[in-house]
Amino acid sequence: MRVGLFIPCYVDQLYPRVGLATLELLTRQGLEVDFPVEQTCCGQPMSNTGCCDDARPLAERFLEIFSAYDYVVAPSGSCVSMVRNHYAELVGDHPHYAAVRDKTFELCEFFTDVLQIERIEGAFPHRVGLHQSCHGLRELRGGRASELMVDSFSKTRVLLESLDGIELVELSRVDECCGFGGTFAVAEAAVSTMMGRDRIHDHQQAGAEVLTAGDMSCLMHLSGLIRREKIALHVMHVAEILAGYEVAS
Amino acid sequence: MSHSGVDHPRLAAEFVKNDSRAHWHDQALWFVRAKRDKAAQSLPEWETLRERASQIKRNVSANLADYLEEFEANATKMGATVHWARDAAEHNQIVLGLLERHNAKRVVKSKSMLTEECHLNPFLERHGLNVVDTDLGEWIVQLRNEPPSHIVLPAIHIKKEEVGELFHRKIGTDSGASDPTYLARAARKRLREEFLAADAGITGVNFAIAETGGIVVCTNEGNADLGTSLPKLHIACMGIEKLIPRADDLSVFLRLLARSATGQPITTYSSHFHGPREGCEMHIVLVDNGRSNILGSDEFRRSLNCIRCGACMNTCPVFRRSGGHSYKTAVPGPIGSILAPSRDAQQYASLPFACSLCGSCSDVCPVKIDLHHQLLTWRREITVRGHLPWTKRVSMKMARIVLVRPAIYRMAGFLLRKVVLRMPRALLYNPWNAWGKSRDLPPPPKQTFRQIYQQRHGK
Amino acid sequence: MASKQQILEAIRRQSVAPVEHPGVEGPWITYDDAPAQFAAALESVGGLCHFVADLPAVNAALAEIPEFSAAQRIYSSVPEIGGANVDMASIDNPHALDDVDFAVFSGEVAVAENAAVWVTDEHVRHKVVYFLSQHLALVVRRSQLVDNMRQAFEKIEFRAGRFGVFISGPSKTADIEQSLVVGAHGARSLHVFVVE
Repeated sequence: MRVGLFIPCYVDQLYPRVGLATLELLTRQGLEVDFPVEQTCCGQPMSNTGCCDDARPLAERFLEIFSAYDYVVAPSGSCVSMVRNHYAELVGDHPHYAAVRDKTFELCEFFTDVLQIERIEGAFPHRVGLHQSCHGLRELRGGRASELMVDSFSKTRVLLESLDGIELVELSRVDECCGFGGTFAVAEAAVSTMMGRDRIHDHQQAGAEVLTAGDMSCLMHLSGLIRREKIALHVMHVAEILAGYEVAS
Repeated sequence: MSHSGVDHPRLAAEFVKNDSRAHWHDQALWFVRAKRDKAAQSLPEWETLRERASQIKRNVSANLADYLEEFEANATKMGATVHWARDAAEHNQIVLGLLERHNAKRVVKSKSMLTEECHLNPFLERHGLNVVDTDLGEWIVQLRNEPPSHIVLPAIHIKKEEVGELFHRKIGTDSGASDPTYLARAARKRLREEFLAADAGITGVNFAIAETGGIVVCTNEGNADLGTSLPKLHIACMGIEKLIPRADDLSVFLRLLARSATGQPITTYSSHFHGPREGCEMHIVLVDNGRSNILGSDEFRRSLNCIRCGACMNTCPVFRRSGGHSYKTAVPGPIGSILAPSRDAQQYASLPFACSLCGSCSDVCPVKIDLHHQLLTWRREITVRGHLPWTKRVSMKMARIVLVRPAIYRMAGFLLRKVVLRMPRALLYNPWNAWGKSRDLPPPPKQTFRQIYQQRHGK
Repeated sequence: MASKQQILEAIRRQSVAPVEHPGVEGPWITYDDAPAQFAAALESVGGLCHFVADLPAVNAALAEIPEFSAAQRIYSSVPEIGGANVDMASIDNPHALDDVDFAVFSGEVAVAENAAVWVTDEHVRHKVVYFLSQHLALVVRRSQLVDNMRQAFEKIEFRAGRFGVFISGPSKTADIEQSLVVGAHGARSLHVFVVE
């Protein structure tokens, strides 16, 4: 099984540790993992701003780069949702579209759904607040959104809870948006900031030492606030925790 | 955003500036959302009901002309008179004509988002009529001379002390009194006089039944019923999308509406009107006002499913923190940000962007409107029509130019990590850095992931 | 009529793919103890439920209600209820019912899932009394109690000029800071008597 590693552009540039953690997690499962170096961005920022003509060439590149793999895996629910749910409008008639769409997975769902693994060996003896990144939750259905009256589940939570010593804290608003939202974070900076502060406060009051999420974009926004306001809360991507990395300082 | 249009980011920032008030507003609406969750949980069939409601509404959209004709025929049989209005102006003219024909001077209104959409009140007032909004929340905002900020909770942005002060000035309640029960009792007393003196009652319509020609109006206060049981003239105003095929369909919608809106199992009063009282007249005004256009759009047709429960507003993390007035439309929030641009895309170009695309609205919606996807589609539509601000247009184009060429992408990344992010703070956090106003930028790593990967794999 | 034709034509010009009406049957909720569910639901919306053996027992229970005892003007659409002193037949103008303190009506269907009681103006000359009366009591038979709204609509018919309303609890508002105030414009209290 050949896995194409899809590392979102801003993770590549700013959060290499998250990419490495993802790579290690997949390699440890005995998979052949390859990172095609010509990849850049899936086109989501342009698409979500309404600029389809700017997003389309990136979507086409993506399909061509990743069509050769059995699976495509990314540590981002948001970027995977872009491919799975929004490429149709951009590149729906591309010859590789349907195949790539069906084999592209977010990291945690790749473990639970494709590899059928719900236990990760390792320990993380910390109190952790899980931020349910919206696109992984509501666009990929990686868990039960609190609005829906269906059985409760969370693919990310299952994997985290399998680690020894981890304690997931209970938030008062279990899946409210952090306020990142791509260009929203800048265009609607005031509301975005207030949303982020409210999320952080919820994790604080729940007693979290580490705030984690399946999307680094949410965490870039939250950690930006945490660092600015010198809040005692560590921020780690789910992949880093699952890969057994130490708490980042 | 666009210079002539609604500047949601600016209006939202003003609301957010008062942090304690914005949090108070957020929590009040979150409380309603939590009540909705509890009410929805009480029905194991909740998701089945949502799907059913959605399908019935889509069936209505597919057969709307037939259902409207069926409704008119049956409503006429029931003794009501049906009027058709292409737009707001025609609607207002019809209502005015009816009132004038009955020599009505005093009008009591119950909640109707359609009449808000058509700006009926100012129109009637200009023609010398006395119009009183009788829903307590709507009366409060009417006394304050401002529009409702929420379709179900019109005065959700107002504090009880402010209501107390308002009532003290307008109806002479005790100075400094702010107890909600005391204030609501005072309003009850005063509005009873209005009901008893009214010459005509205007209501909205929650559902119109094609099969029977009846209409259903839902309230908690009983104001629609008082307003239509005393005067001899009842005018009901509705958008054409309010049709449902059969009376039995109400068994789906009445179970969803109040649970989604306020977390009640049903509104206190769900009133079914089939024709006028003896010796009285009932008129129903069917209004298009752009709806037949929306019907033709595969992308936006489902927005006509809306039953105006307001759940998308209560759950929207942006609405809760920016307040309903920041949208500058009769129907604000997620659904309003879809409906408003279909009337005027330039004026409301900022609304589909007043959204983090979290998707909570789509999952909370009792008729399964894919709200956040429609908001995204509107962004594309706004770009195509040339209403996207140049800052966004240019930055996206530049991003594309960089990202389609790996060499340029690596170069830009290098500059970002080695130069931009290492600038002195005073330079980095300049006034044009909207991100950095409240947030730090990430500390730059020494190497990118791809550099580390390539070193390890010798590529 | 030009507007009607234009609107209908505008609608018919749009091509909308057919969607089947899904019907209204489904796995709708039922309760092991519908009366208990009804009573709990009614309490949650601010009303009070009384289970009584027969109509004389309703009279006895009403006498225990302070608002009834204190009422000057009482209307009842149920002949067996005592104390009524408003003769609707002799009143031509509904405005004259403004001073009714307490009104008693018979309900046709009661719904366990939401405490709604279906009432009509079939034997009530001026329906306004449902809403003008300061306090309200509804009398329903145990056999009229159903589990859910689907079952309720099976029992309801609509005729020309006939008004019907589901009433669930007393009138209320939460328009001032989300504080629940019972007694907005309509009844300030609601009692439902379920008669065996």
